Amino acid sequence: MTRFIFRRAGSLILLLVTVSFITFTLFQLGPADPASAACGQECTPERITEARVALGMDHPFLIQYLDYMRGLVSPRMIGAPGAESICQWPCLGKSFQTNENVSDIIARSLPYTLSIAVGALVLWTISGVGLGLLAALRKGSATDKFIVGAASVGVSLPIPVTGLFLLLVFVNQLHLLPFTTNEINGAFGPHGPWAWVLNYFLPWVALAVLFSAAYIRVTRTNMIETFSEDFIRTARAKGLAPRIVTFKHGVRAGITPVVTMLGMDIGLLLGGAVLTEQIFSVPGLGFTAVRAAISGDLPVTMAITMLAAFFVIVANVAVDLAYAAIDPRVRLQ
Amino acid sequence: MTQLQPSSPASANETGAFLEVRNLSVKFPTDDGLVSAVNGMDFSLERGQTLGIVGESGSGKSVTSQALMGLLKGTSAQVTGQALFQGKDLVTLPESRMRQLRGRNIGMIFQDPLSALHPFFTVGEQIAEAYLVHNTASKKQARAAAVDMLGRVGIPSPEQRYDEYPHHFSGGMRQRAMIAMALICEPELLIADEPTTALDVTVQAQILDLMSELQQETNSALILITHDLGVVAEVCDSVLVMYGGQCVESGPVDEIFYDTQHPYTLGLLKSMPTLNSSARRLNPIPGQPPSLLDLPKGCIFSARCDYAALAGDGVCASTRPGLVVEGGHGTRCHLDRRQILTLRNTR
Repeated sequence: MTRFIFRRAGSLILLLVTVSFITFTLFQLGPADPASAACGQECTPERITEARVALGMDHPFLIQYLDYMRGLVSPRMIGAPGAESICQWPCLGKSFQTNENVSDIIARSLPYTLSIAVGALVLWTISGVGLGLLAALRKGSATDKFIVGAASVGVSLPIPVTGLFLLLVFVNQLHLLPFTTNEINGAFGPHGPWAWVLNYFLPWVALAVLFSAAYIRVTRTNMIETFSEDFIRTARAKGLAPRIVTFKHGVRAGITPVVTMLGMDIGLLLGGAVLTEQIFSVPGLGFTAVRAAISGDLPVTMAITMLAAFFVIVANVAVDLAYAAIDPRVRLQ
Repeated sequence: MTQLQPSSPASANETGAFLEVRNLSVKFPTDDGLVSAVNGMDFSLERGQTLGIVGESGSGKSVTSQALMGLLKGTSAQVTGQALFQGKDLVTLPESRMRQLRGRNIGMIFQDPLSALHPFFTVGEQIAEAYLVHNTASKKQARAAAVDMLGRVGIPSPEQRYDEYPHHFSGGMRQRAMIAMALICEPELLIADEPTTALDVTVQAQILDLMSELQQETNSALILITHDLGVVAEVCDSVLVMYGGQCVESGPVDEIFYDTQHPYTLGLLKSMPTLNSSARRLNPIPGQPPSLLDLPKGCIFSARCDYAALAGDGVCASTRPGLVVEGGHGTRCHLDRRQILTLRNTR
């Protein structure tokens, strides 16, 4: 177990270094020129040079990268000579745009992304697995065909379509739900959990429509396969009630691929639901990352990219641990 | 001796046999048409007796057993006929009642113990679960019963083995565990569907001995489904030979082996390799079994039968022979017994 954790932690660090280096390199190769952007309207060559020094962009590429990475392990000084300020550990740099600490920007955006991710996840897992299981149990019936049909419609509806449609119907026409506000970024805030649910309900539904389609199909296929397994026949031959055969013996064995999918999707979504956040104007990680990338804000882009990679890797480890908990055959010695 | 007479429908319940199967048929609707997996099976069985059902793959052996277990209820299968088990008709019994019989009165052992055991639960849990379904007992009592049963089926240190998973067990041990699971409620009828097929030859004999031993202890009836005639000769009291979903020959085990009446059974016996035979090649029955979608009008074995011409008038191809029983030995053939006797002696 200890070896497993060490091995996973090692590969986590290696991957983060790789991801950060690739992002850094791509940024250098791209057209973004943060110095002239920071310099403003009336820009002279001297002021651009000043800005370059202030942003630390006067150093060679590799030195810049190492400077940045050093901040991840210890505090470092940032800014123009004479006007430097300390960036406390963990230093993710300062925004080229606002000169704000990137860690503060992340801390401000993450709750929005979490709010979207948590609710959407619960919604699509329940609807996806539930409908998939129902379709498997009623295989070949009209219910099954309807669910499978709905799933293929759902999977082909992109977020901008569903999102705008939901906004149009429920907010604009029926006035059933409020338009999303930036004031609510958690279930336990001053507005209470109910306001949180109402505020994020439409983004959840938009994501759930898209994601649950895949869950329906995977659950259905795997459950149909599992229900035809010999051990299900054994369970019936023991005289067990259908409910126990289905849930205790069937679902436990058939659900493992769904766990994998769920882990991957959690990891992806925590890195920011870019389209959903754009459509519903939620200033989460995805929203922030897009703005940073457009304006050439390297430290913010770097931080969010690495955070997204971190979530994906951690989710992977969580999936492995969940597998071991579910299936004794993969349990660690 | 096991009664293997096809009884007339008039003598319905009065015979009081332990298990009485009459005109049992199973059909599966498919996109290509109706598949007749089992066509009018008749047999009966008493407690303490062992009936062997033999036949090649697709002859309807397993489907027959699943119909008896009621495992086809709730599927698209159409089961007709009667299967009276202690007076209750297993064919028409509703699923809820059938469930009470399964595991408690009728136990079942399957072919591949690795896939038949649930990979995510310990062997002990699975056996205790079978006990708990039909007995009001605490978890602790169920565990004790399961440990005891594991010991009875010859698993060493059952207390420790209880907490191990199926993948920790060897093939033979797994099948012993399956037997423990099937027998923990001491069912009066045990159906074993090819219990030794997936096992090592050396382990096969142990498993068969164990089953016979436990059967004698509990005086239960055993239906042994197999394609291994050697197994049949070793443990069965009577035999039922299936072909194309029909019983082609049935009777006491000695009669089937030494007074074979049906050309198909003859073919089966001839195709068996023997230790002292000098032949270097096996003697298979030529041809393929008939399609169950479209069974021939006449005798279902006629297309592969070497002796079909002997019956004359093409009767084998035009009329399906009925099961003719003489002295407990039934056969479904147009040839009369004298003709068969001549054939046996000249082969």
